[in-house]
Amino acid sequence: MTDESSSAVTRRTVLVGLAGATASPTLLVRRAEATPETMKAAIHQVIGESPVRKGKVTLDIPPLVENGNTIAMSVSVDSPMTEKDHVKAIHVFNEKNPQPNIISVHLGPRAGKAAFSTRIRLADSQNVLAIAELSDGSLWSDTVEVIVTIAACLEYN
Amino acid sequence: MARTLINVPPKAKRGQVIEIKTLISHVMETGYRRNESGLPIPRDIINLFVCTYNGTEIFRADLHQAIAANPFITFFTVATESGTLEFRWTDDNGQVETAAAKITVE
Repeated sequence: MTDESSSAVTRRTVLVGLAGATASPTLLVRRAEATPETMKAAIHQVIGESPVRKGKVTLDIPPLVENGNTIAMSVSVDSPMTEKDHVKAIHVFNEKNPQPNIISVHLGPRAGKAAFSTRIRLADSQNVLAIAELSDGSLWSDTVEVIVTIAACLEYN
Repeated sequence: MARTLINVPPKAKRGQVIEIKTLISHVMETGYRRNESGLPIPRDIINLFVCTYNGTEIFRADLHQAIAANPFITFFTVATESGTLEFRWTDDNGQVETAAAKITVE
């Protein structure tokens, strides 16, 4: 009798344990991910409410990328880079990495040319957005859709 | 902290726009990965890069986790006078790495 009750308890605990084991992996699979909304929030935090127009900025990323861990990216802005008319900053954002910011670059008339390049990581196929802040306060942007076959951030050492 | 590689033209004409290339070895750990035991690997990235030309800041970049390991950054500047370009990287642990390059302007 005592044997039976104790075995029932074990069975129940085993079942509860199993249910927990099957439920937890689904929770673990969900990764932190920025969404177009969090990207908008990040943009709002950096540049505020000002309207952003398309143009002047050229965001250069290969449209099809094999390895998301290193992607060559360059941004250039059509600007004379004089004391009166120059690019103050360039911000780059993404939609689907765990974090929406990529890089913010601050420059001035001494740059001579409003351009920079670096290497970035992308966790998924997504849109990448570059926004340039000009000395007159206007904002210009360019968007590129990138397809990534091997995503970054997924590998577990 | 890390090894750096800088490429600045040694000579330039006054007013010429020169390209500067910089590379530093750094893991740029995102903080989203886990180790063999399933424990999260703490975030460790270079979050700030600054370049000064004879003491005046000419370029500054705020980096985030989306920058690939061993950050490579290229940018431009106008060769105004002979002197030194100084480069400074700061990471999450507050460690600072510096490098410098001389330029002669004719």
